[in-house]
Amino acid sequence: MKAMLRRCIPGVLIFAAAVAADAATFRFANQGDALSMDPYMHNEAVLLSLTGNVYEALTGRGRKFETTPELATDWKQTAPTVWRFNLRKGVKFHDGSPFTADDVIFSFERARGEGSDVKVYVGAIKEIRKVDAHAVDIVTAEPFLILPQTVSRWYIVSKSWCEKNNAIRPADVRKGVENYASLHANGTGPFQLKSREPGVRTVFAANPEWWGKVEHNVTEAVFTPIGNDATRVAALISGEIDMMDPLPLQDVPRLQSNANLKVVQSPELRTIFLGMDQKRDELLFSNVKGKNPFKDVRVRRAFYQAIDIEAIRTRIMRGVSTPTGLMVAPDTQGFAPELNKRLPLDVEGARKLLAEAGFPNGFEVGMNCPNDRYVNDGEICQAIAAMLAKIGVKVNLVAESKSLFFPKVLARNVSFYLAGWTPASQDSHNVLFAVMSTPGEGAQGQFNGGAYSNPRVDELTRRIGAENDTAKRNAMIAEAFKIHQDEVGHIPLHQQPITWGMKKNIDMVQIPDNFQYLRWVTVK
Amino acid sequence: MLAFCIRRIVQAAAVMLVVGLIAFALFRFVGDPVVFMLGQDATPEDRARMSADLGLDQPFHLQYARFVGRAVQGEFGLSLRQLRPVSTLFRERLPATLELALAAAVFALAVGIPMGVYAALRRRSWLTQVFLVVSLIGVSLPTFLIGILLILVFAVQLNWLPSFGRGETVALGAWSTGLLTASGLKALILPAITLGLFQMTLIMRLTRAEMLEVLRTEYIRFARARGLTDRAVYFRHALRNTLVPVITVAGLQLGSIIAFAIITETVFQWPGMGLLFIQSVMFADVPVMAAYLCLIALVFVVINFVVDLLYHAVDPRLRLENAAAR
Repeated sequence: MKAMLRRCIPGVLIFAAAVAADAATFRFANQGDALSMDPYMHNEAVLLSLTGNVYEALTGRGRKFETTPELATDWKQTAPTVWRFNLRKGVKFHDGSPFTADDVIFSFERARGEGSDVKVYVGAIKEIRKVDAHAVDIVTAEPFLILPQTVSRWYIVSKSWCEKNNAIRPADVRKGVENYASLHANGTGPFQLKSREPGVRTVFAANPEWWGKVEHNVTEAVFTPIGNDATRVAALISGEIDMMDPLPLQDVPRLQSNANLKVVQSPELRTIFLGMDQKRDELLFSNVKGKNPFKDVRVRRAFYQAIDIEAIRTRIMRGVSTPTGLMVAPDTQGFAPELNKRLPLDVEGARKLLAEAGFPNGFEVGMNCPNDRYVNDGEICQAIAAMLAKIGVKVNLVAESKSLFFPKVLARNVSFYLAGWTPASQDSHNVLFAVMSTPGEGAQGQFNGGAYSNPRVDELTRRIGAENDTAKRNAMIAEAFKIHQDEVGHIPLHQQPITWGMKKNIDMVQIPDNFQYLRWVTVK
Repeated sequence: MLAFCIRRIVQAAAVMLVVGLIAFALFRFVGDPVVFMLGQDATPEDRARMSADLGLDQPFHLQYARFVGRAVQGEFGLSLRQLRPVSTLFRERLPATLELALAAAVFALAVGIPMGVYAALRRRSWLTQVFLVVSLIGVSLPTFLIGILLILVFAVQLNWLPSFGRGETVALGAWSTGLLTASGLKALILPAITLGLFQMTLIMRLTRAEMLEVLRTEYIRFARARGLTDRAVYFRHALRNTLVPVITVAGLQLGSIIAFAIITETVFQWPGMGLLFIQSVMFADVPVMAAYLCLIALVFVVINFVVDLLYHAVDPRLRLENAAAR
């Protein structure tokens, strides 16, 4: 059947757009598995992407990454802090129970309560009031312009199903008991969870009762985690799977030369950057004693200008990274294209800057780097160490597993490091708040590993959070970005690519947060 | 005999405790699971509270004491990664690993012994040279490379066998088996060869050496002098005496097959204990790592215990020594 279909590709191709082709099974693989089927258990891409086929939120994402109506048909601000969401009528959960305002309110309590890891998506919400069975008023603590985008990752669960199965709260490790919702799912989405073997196989079946317009021809989808890169590539080449993510960059040419396979790439939302400790009076890892060279903007600028981002792009990232001058990617709300310029590569100038700052012979600094988190992260750090050697800076590189690396950055026990950040809300405010603000109360500046601090940036960030006018808001975001750029608070490097390998007969939409929606898959 | 058993059991328990203690001392170096358990937007306070609630901020000996206290009640807690009971995870994964280990052991014995016998009997034959070269490769090539090569040849080039996974499985009560379906058996071939190759070469070399040794002994010459056929001499007398040490070594190797399945399982995405362990290490999932290491220690301890008992039963000199020591 498969072989026959493949032979018919040219014929099918013509009709594919108009008529959904034959029913098909779609098999896809990722390097890791979702850790649960409960969309509140981990705020993590694979989990939310997989469960996003089963569950839906009030708002969703379209093929162009635009915000679209999902379980809400429309919404508007009725007061600065009040949003009216009209809910879609006639929607049923997979167990047959109807979707109503009570499910939204229940989901809100569940998402912000004990054991939930998706509090960030509902954090701005103060309360949700039921207007009638199919309308709710969402009240935020302060004006919150990006509410419709932010709730797109907060999936709505069924109140009656959670209560019946004793899953009112997500699984909590401290309780020591298993949770029904970790292995089962009951959403309103285009696919139902048919079977789940954690770490082995997860099977989805198309939901015949789905409310939306069907744009796929998948009847059954089988998800398999395959951790080993080589095995995953082999599985694709030998035809055991139809699509896989991520494809290691070194295997791209090999797949491209295969007549049955194709490679699909686009920039991800995540920005990779370098951070420098600008707080301590003496660096933890350096031969400079009694002072901190990174407090001098000339040193930070020298580091920036010593980095040959083109070499990193062409050599290490095989030509598919997108160098950036900003800490956010183009699809992020508030992205300022006019500011997206890097400082030029200038080794001579960098050396001069270092000399002016009092380090004519450079200095030694320890660098921390993950080696299993981002695309080719360890290699990028090695290259940067070599580039900095040209201006006399000796980098002592510590590249290690993410489970060792992240605790150090979060504790700010690093002098110079590489990290990456994707704003969960796809909005610049999240980056300004978590990465560029002075570390303070709660989550403010919590991923600002070098404790970059500028009062004006902090002030702007606070105001951006409560601004209700898009134009004013974007102007403030741009101002904050400009200050951070001029002061070289961090050194932005690039957006890494999302790289999928798949069979030629698969059509699938790639969006910049790397969610893999089955509702846009066509098997020809 | 009873005293011997009790002494052995006490020793075994001590070994287990020491393994656990060393494991817990090492866990401090695998990182902090709380970073992964809470998302990137969690506050430092959230992380600190989670760490405290899980007792991860305590010194390792306290964490260890708590682990032992619960483990003796058969309670291993929840996996920090999946938030599911460790015992459930093990129940799901153990059949895959045991079937793989068994298949690898059968392969090693079924192929290794005949090859060893042949190599001993036809020392100059070209086939023997081939066997010796193969065994050299088996001993010297790392497991992951053998696995990748097999995938390249049999899955990618020839398209005969699957490159990953376990195929279809059938549930027999709590045990999920891949031995009853065609796809399950096909999926078993490559991982079993990968895992068993090293043991196979070991058994082949051992069989060959033992066989050569036995063939030089007086009673074989005697048997020949009596005019017995080659067949009877080789297989009734020589092989039987060869197999005693071979079986002993093979039994002891079973433990290491189970333990070394980690690499094979990673390469073939075989959903067994080893894969679970590797995933847990990357997440710093302490409850799973601790339970796994203790389980592996238990496997070794039990195998050694059984071997000791068998020796004790078979070899009267051991009993005499014990008596003398007392």
